[in-house]
Amino acid sequence: MKTIDGLKYSKEHEWVRVEDDVAYIGITDYAQENLGDVVYVEFPGMGDTIVAGDVLSVVESVKAASDIYSPISGEVVQINEALNDDTEKINESPYDSWIAALKLTSPDELDTLMDEIEYQAFCDEEE
Amino acid sequence: MKHTPLYENHVALGGKIVDFGGWALPVQYQGIIKEHRAVRSTAGLFDVSHMGEIFVEGDGALAFVQNLITNDITSIENSQVIYSPMCYPDGGVVDDLLVYKYSGTKFLLVVNASNTDKDFDWIVQNKSGDVQISNVSADYAQLALQGPKAQSILQKLTDYPLDTIKFFHFAPSVRIAGFGALISRTGYTGEDGFEIYMPAEFASDVWQAILRAGADDGLVPVGLGARDTLRFEVALPLYGNELSADISPLEARLGCFVKLNGEDFIGKQALQNQKQEGTQRKLIGFELIERGVARDHADIEIGGEKIGFVTSGSFSPSLKKSLGLALISAKHAEVGRQIDIVIRDKRIKARIVKLPFYSKRYNK
Repeated sequence: MKTIDGLKYSKEHEWVRVEDDVAYIGITDYAQENLGDVVYVEFPGMGDTIVAGDVLSVVESVKAASDIYSPISGEVVQINEALNDDTEKINESPYDSWIAALKLTSPDELDTLMDEIEYQAFCDEEE
Repeated sequence: MKHTPLYENHVALGGKIVDFGGWALPVQYQGIIKEHRAVRSTAGLFDVSHMGEIFVEGDGALAFVQNLITNDITSIENSQVIYSPMCYPDGGVVDDLLVYKYSGTKFLLVVNASNTDKDFDWIVQNKSGDVQISNVSADYAQLALQGPKAQSILQKLTDYPLDTIKFFHFAPSVRIAGFGALISRTGYTGEDGFEIYMPAEFASDVWQAILRAGADDGLVPVGLGARDTLRFEVALPLYGNELSADISPLEARLGCFVKLNGEDFIGKQALQNQKQEGTQRKLIGFELIERGVARDHADIEIGGEKIGFVTSGSFSPSLKKSLGLALISAKHAEVGRQIDIVIRDKRIKARIVKLPFYSKRYNK
């Protein structure tokens, strides 16, 4: 399982990359591996207000639909619609495949997330 | 969970094991889409040992089996296989199965794993005449080798001329890699291929021999995920989805396997009535116009009015489209009509299309 230094990770296997006050959110290698071949991504609406724990997106594999819960709160300022034509990119390079970007409204929430080392240990326990 | 004789092989191959109706089986090894494409382009090997096998033997076997199923077995020869629904008196489906005719006094019924006990009870309950019924499911393993290269791969392991086994026929005793097996030219993928039955203790050796024989041809092990997408693209029904106690074979587009002019069978009267009056519902195929994936049980609407539900829905790896099968009211079931699929409280536009989605490529 691949992880990347400098990202924040949630227990629901999302990653967060923060650039200034904007957070890019995607699913981890562990999540894509468990989900299988991704064939569809449902995006939030631009401008939607998201509270940490809300469903941000739905990612569907051949077999199943998975809710993606937002690890942080914010306003949706970008969605990665390029994934529409290239859903397998989520399987091939999950850390380059952000789904949505939120303008942070509660930056403190980032402190509740795991760093790379903590996340690896968390996944080892899940196995 | 129950294990098939190949459980350890699946784990060793990196199969992702899931609970499939109480059986621990691999949903995938390398990925559903890869495995699906391998079967369409070269070949794939499936463990379907969870399927049930029931022998019916005795002087009364022919008449007894005929009474159980909607298709006509009086017309088939020895060493032939037919597909048939098996119905309740009201026309609902107990199961759909394959009937292997050894002779007029010996038949093998191959039934769905999750229905094996129910089917066995039903068959015993309806017992008549001189027949012995035995559930040998635990003693037999079953493999399916499917795809355009299936025959050339299997031929490497046997002297038996496989090209003499015609579509929906079988050879009861063939040596594969030295082990005795029953081989039929049947399957659940829409491709040419074989189903191979053998005593459970040979399964691991035969499985490994076939994988080795096909390694250079691109043969891969295939899990239940691709088994489902393969059958779905060619619109082969899955019991519990397209067929059930509440869905008749006439509604499910299986009229050609219901021989109302032939011998009597359980459910014939009800199905004759349905045929005369026309079924209220019909199984159709649809293609999503908007983005999304339709899943089974999703409602189907026209103008806000519910007209039916999705029985199976998936992304199609061969056609790269989002497709579905659905049971809808017959009056709306015409190709080209636009319908709405209700997915997470949103209405997603779809269009009724012809079935099957993907043409079968049998070697007939």
